[in-house]
Amino acid sequence: MTIADMSFIQRMGYIVQVYSGSLIKGAGVTMAIAIICTILGCIIGFGVGIVQTIEPKHSSNIFSRILLKFVKLLLSIYVEFFRGTPMMLQAAFIFYGASQLFGVNMGMWKAAILIVSINTGAYMAETVRGGILSVDIGQTEGAKAIGMNHFQTMITVILPQALRLIMPQIGNNLIINIKDTCVLSIIGTVELFFTFKSISGALYTYFEAATVTLIIYFILTFTCSRIMRALERKMDGPANFDLATTDTLAYTSGMNSAHYPKRERL
Amino acid sequence: MSEILKINHLSKTFGKNVVLTDIDFIVNTGDVTTIIGASGSGKSTLLRCINLLETPTTGSVVFHDTMVADGGMKEEAYRAKVGMVFQSFNLFNNHSVLSNCMVGQMKVLKRNKKDAKQQAMKYLEKVGMAPYINAKPSQLSGGMKQRVAIARALSMDPEILLFDEPTSALDPEMVGEVLEVMKTLASEGMTMLVVTHEMSFARDISSHVVFMADGKIEEEGSSDQIFIHPKNARTLEFLSRFREDTLK
Repeated sequence: MTIADMSFIQRMGYIVQVYSGSLIKGAGVTMAIAIICTILGCIIGFGVGIVQTIEPKHSSNIFSRILLKFVKLLLSIYVEFFRGTPMMLQAAFIFYGASQLFGVNMGMWKAAILIVSINTGAYMAETVRGGILSVDIGQTEGAKAIGMNHFQTMITVILPQALRLIMPQIGNNLIINIKDTCVLSIIGTVELFFTFKSISGALYTYFEAATVTLIIYFILTFTCSRIMRALERKMDGPANFDLATTDTLAYTSGMNSAHYPKRERL
Repeated sequence: MSEILKINHLSKTFGKNVVLTDIDFIVNTGDVTTIIGASGSGKSTLLRCINLLETPTTGSVVFHDTMVADGGMKEEAYRAKVGMVFQSFNLFNNHSVLSNCMVGQMKVLKRNKKDAKQQAMKYLEKVGMAPYINAKPSQLSGGMKQRVAIARALSMDPEILLFDEPTSALDPEMVGEVLEVMKTLASEGMTMLVVTHEMSFARDISSHVVFMADGKIEEEGSSDQIFIHPKNARTLEFLSRFREDTLK
């Protein structure tokens, strides 16, 4: 039986049977790039977001104030440029620019990871900034009041809370990255979308190949969104706490409120 | 008694809004100073200026003969010695009760984990919160949070504790448990500077009372001087309600 004689379902079955290897490989590349770049993007985003939220101390001198302003300006340019232009063009610009201007052939992996990371980083920078700003100012004051400096305050108090606040947005970015890696096909990265193009090109079965690839994309993104939710719940910790009752002396002094109803956490 | 904190001609303006004008006073070791006055009289701003959470516009804060406000001492080093308890508690939401009392010691004072824990437990027991060391702040009532906040401040071995309306966010039932802890501290000789609306509490524990109105110190003196024999007309007016209630 040739492809032309098959029904829709049979054609899909045929694609899965014959191309399962390349589909799995494509999906693997897609996931690898998406996960690596989301993590790198988060790191970039946290770095940029932290710098963007530094307030100059009243005691700092003119020079450090100007330096801070200048660094913030550079970072804003980075954020605005990479948020404001299509990733597909950025990919072409960086990949072909590197080889034409500097004679550097980056290779598929390096280029893909570089482009998607700095792109995610630009988005994450704003998300992190928002996350930091939405942590109650009282948290910063509480930390400052016991003598923590800006860096200590950020690491021990603000960033962990900001991270929890922006977890849904990180999930969003991961899912966007899974889908958006398809633009990397412009520089020849063999990911899931590239695989789809090869299959449909070889068999002339656009509809069936698209259906199969869509389903694979959905399985990938849906799994990731579930995993992210589970991560969020894990970060929230247990809803209840145990009273520490080993110290009898301490227990007595806390007795009057020991039966305070345990609250459900959000 | 040695001088621990001296406020010199401190003024604070927010834009054109003058909040504090020419504030002068001294806190000696072992003093329990309360600052009273109507809402909006600048009490909290004064406390925040003393802790440098707000930068004084003019004037200076002197801590043991060292100017703090303009770079004579590092802000962080100064704040580590001056504890602060806030109206809204400001416990670290991402840390457990125990950890709230330990992170400052470990990060700022560089104490090791064992010492920090021992110190934290000592003060958590003192405020009656030792059974709750594993709880997160969101799982506690207001009074409990405030007691943890006091333990957190005490764990840093501060030379003076600032209280910014520590009971104003609490319902009447919880106010008692926090005031009780503060009374114990005062009786043990802790140097305290308290902004409060709890008049009978202020009368009972203060060695020194400062009455503020419109960003100025209108009158200051011992507890008896202010609460029983106030000289200033505004002090008299502010305290009239309270004096009526207590003289009955």
